[in-house]
Amino acid sequence: MPTINEKITEEIRAKAKKLLESKEIAAFLGFCQGSLPMTTRPFVARSPEEADKLIWNSFCVLNPTNYLPELLKSLEPPRGPRNPAPEGPLPKAAVLATGCWSRNIAIQIKENQLDRDRVIIVGIASRGMVDQRKIRARFPNQEIMNVAEQDHKLLVSGQNFKKEINRWDMVRGNCLTCLHPDPVMLDVRIGAAGQERKNDTPFQQVDEIENKSTDERWQWFQDEFASCIRCYACRNACPLCYCDTCFVDDSKPQWVGKSIDPVDTRLFHILRAYHCAGRCTDCGACESVCPMDINMRILTKKLSKDVLALYGSEAGLDPEAPLPLSTYKTDDPQDFILSESGAAKEGV
Amino acid sequence: MKVYTFKQAALDEWVKSWLSTHKVYRAAAKKGETCGAHAGWTEMTDFSLPPTGPAKSSVKTFYFPQPETMATYSAKKEDPDGLLMENQDTPAEKQVVFGVRPCDGRSVELNNLPYVDDPFYQANRERTILVGFSCAEQKATCFCTKTGGSPYGTEGLDIALSLVGDAFLVEIITDKGAELVGNGADLTEASESEIAELARLRQGVEENPGHDEILKAKEMTALHEAPFWDKVAESCLNCGACTFLCPTCYCFDIQDEVVRGQGKRIRYWDSCMFPLYTLHTTGHNPRGKKVQRVRNRFMHKLKYFPDRFGPLSCVGCGRCIQECPVNIDIREVLTDLLVVE
Amino acid sequence: MISYLPYPVRIDDITVETEDGNLKTFKLVLENENDRQAWSHVPGQFAMLSLAGKGEIPIGIASSPTEEGHLLFTVNRAGVVTTALHQMHVGDRMGVRGPLGNGFPLNSDLKGKNIVIIAGGFAFTTLRATLLYLLANRSDYGKITVIYGARTPGMLLYQDELKEWAERDDLDLHVTIDRESEGWDGLVGFVPTIAGEVAPSPENSAALICGPPIMIKFTMPPLEKIGWTDDQVYLSLENRMKCGVGLCGRCNVGPFYVCNDGPVLTRAQVLKLPLEY
Repeated sequence: MPTINEKITEEIRAKAKKLLESKEIAAFLGFCQGSLPMTTRPFVARSPEEADKLIWNSFCVLNPTNYLPELLKSLEPPRGPRNPAPEGPLPKAAVLATGCWSRNIAIQIKENQLDRDRVIIVGIASRGMVDQRKIRARFPNQEIMNVAEQDHKLLVSGQNFKKEINRWDMVRGNCLTCLHPDPVMLDVRIGAAGQERKNDTPFQQVDEIENKSTDERWQWFQDEFASCIRCYACRNACPLCYCDTCFVDDSKPQWVGKSIDPVDTRLFHILRAYHCAGRCTDCGACESVCPMDINMRILTKKLSKDVLALYGSEAGLDPEAPLPLSTYKTDDPQDFILSESGAAKEGV
Repeated sequence: MKVYTFKQAALDEWVKSWLSTHKVYRAAAKKGETCGAHAGWTEMTDFSLPPTGPAKSSVKTFYFPQPETMATYSAKKEDPDGLLMENQDTPAEKQVVFGVRPCDGRSVELNNLPYVDDPFYQANRERTILVGFSCAEQKATCFCTKTGGSPYGTEGLDIALSLVGDAFLVEIITDKGAELVGNGADLTEASESEIAELARLRQGVEENPGHDEILKAKEMTALHEAPFWDKVAESCLNCGACTFLCPTCYCFDIQDEVVRGQGKRIRYWDSCMFPLYTLHTTGHNPRGKKVQRVRNRFMHKLKYFPDRFGPLSCVGCGRCIQECPVNIDIREVLTDLLVVE
Repeated sequence: MISYLPYPVRIDDITVETEDGNLKTFKLVLENENDRQAWSHVPGQFAMLSLAGKGEIPIGIASSPTEEGHLLFTVNRAGVVTTALHQMHVGDRMGVRGPLGNGFPLNSDLKGKNIVIIAGGFAFTTLRATLLYLLANRSDYGKITVIYGARTPGMLLYQDELKEWAERDDLDLHVTIDRESEGWDGLVGFVPTIAGEVAPSPENSAALICGPPIMIKFTMPPLEKIGWTDDQVYLSLENRMKCGVGLCGRCNVGPFYVCNDGPVLTRAQVLKLPLEY
């Protein structure tokens, strides 16, 4: 009996082949197998033959939307910066999209980073991606050589051990609290539709930190980011971070020191999170790619909580809705504006 | 070279005896257990066996700290000698790094080739003693033998420990290493059979496949223009994880920092993965494309460096493979390069 | 051991070179007698100009080693350090770290040869150093030809010296501007065109070319047409630099470190390198 993921893999390959053969698309953006257990690689299939390399499993932790604008650009015929775009439709690409990834596509379209007409969204209801760090933590000092997947179990094996563990116990934190596993927009569906999930405490991790005293919170923040090496993997894996020049890379003026001085590191993480406010879909790519295991996602999750409370909005959930922080409404909450007496102003 | 033999309890005593004269570091066992200046490392108080494979952070932090002060100056306007640079004395405090794997030891020697005349690197070398541990087991990402190293190698180490039977054989490799022998502890010289067993283990290692020589013999242009680079680069995020975790990536940037009138010229790790690394003031970027940057990293390690200095600038520690967010695997790149005609 | 400490220098004079004010020549005097004794450079080398609190910037040395007592640097205002430098005054102190790089092989490969200097815009600086050196050691070299072009007469560097050189009969000077300009009675036309017209035969000759990449690109065909080969043409590369001593990375063009292996190399060498400059 093939597993759910194996069936999805087969469907993805068949669909990709068909789209590539018919020349409806020039590229299919998904994942291929990595060279280590529990890894996948973002992968672009450009021919029907390459479509056979596409896979789907519980370790597709990168967000393919991150590659989409650049991929589409690379498909355009080469031209000078001043030359006009060629006549006729530009080549299209297909991309895999789960709930959060599809919301990122919606946001990129809203932010004029993506041309909807050039994207074929291949929707998959996410069953939650697995955190390889959780698995490694379960087997300390043992070298994991293989992880075989069943629908609800993971079979972890190494040189002298073999153990079956519950898949859901190993799922990433962001996926555990995800309420919208099904794509919010799609052109083609692979696999069964997903169910909206219920969760009474979707912001539990944030709540725990909010409930700490100021000093404890500060300590938590310092400790959590102490090991950051400023590699920017979190930023570069994020489909929201597409500025030509990031504020940390600016030299005229230079906003942030470039070394690993704790002040600079903290500033980077705070500002990065704020740039994602109202836009972050909690896809978890930042956390998954961090080589130092920093849980920077808690910062963006906190901002998601605030944006939901203030504006009743979840990023990209309604592809038609304007983004809360780039839209002005007269009844927007504005208690951050202080009056002369120092107290927050009441209403308008 | 002297070889001693220790049972674990005696080794524990010996290691503790260093604490009065040296700062002793070991790899941090978990996140947050860090000593500030050297991310991923922590001060050691007790003997403990290092985990299998290389530590998460490499030893380059002890030779090439992040950041390193290269000069200081007063940046106060009223100071008549203001803005004149003074040399920053490198700290002289002696330090021991415990549990260093042979790959990391070797990286210190490899980096020493370009850094032989760098005053800071040399001063840090002078004050640092590396106590290595041979690797009885390897990780899935380990490939030191493919790069000219060995799990029983001693290059760059001052003392090497190997588990032979139920005893640790301790090889004193350098004079610096011998300093620690004087520090008390009951030293028993290893028996001939123990030494023979260690030699047997060492000889059992896969022979050096000579990839450095193979790549040196190839045309630079052919390797540079090989068609596979686009595929390697396609998934790359252009983050600096590989370069910062790599023990043999040694590029740096220099910046001036002024805090309350006190100026410092510092150097800190930089990465050829970052577009800013090569960006001209005019806006022109000689390696403006991702594929150019990815290629540069591998070409530097596997071709430019060997052409100039001899060995590959890679010790096969596998950190970049383990931590690359998109699983770019230098072993595959090496394989691809080896077959370029 | 490498020293990363700049020598302290005092700004002795500042000349605004061009009509747009973007190029200034800084005359620097080493403050310490020891440093003056130790300093020795060849034309084509560069140095790091160091402003505490701002950083360092690699600039070609515009003075010839035959000019004693001072160093000249002609600096285009572009980035953080050069902008700060342009705001400095005579008498201010700063630092110089160098000399760095290889320089033109004036005492080896180029000795006894006819030398053609081809420069465009503000890339004339190290070639000015070279020219002064050649003139100071005139008998060591054959015929000297200089072709120098700028956009307008007001954008020409070292205008007083250009007038002096024009008077000399041991030097063949061709100064050109891109377009007709009021009051200009000299040559008009792009450097490559002029080079095609006045370049001497390649026999026992070498050309030293510094200028914008596009100028170098178009200067080659007319030279090749009259028989010049790539190994007779010397160029100077520029890339972003920090350390200047071959360690920090970044300036490499493939295996070639511009700071240490260069900046000077022949066109034949350049063509073997990847396009990373």
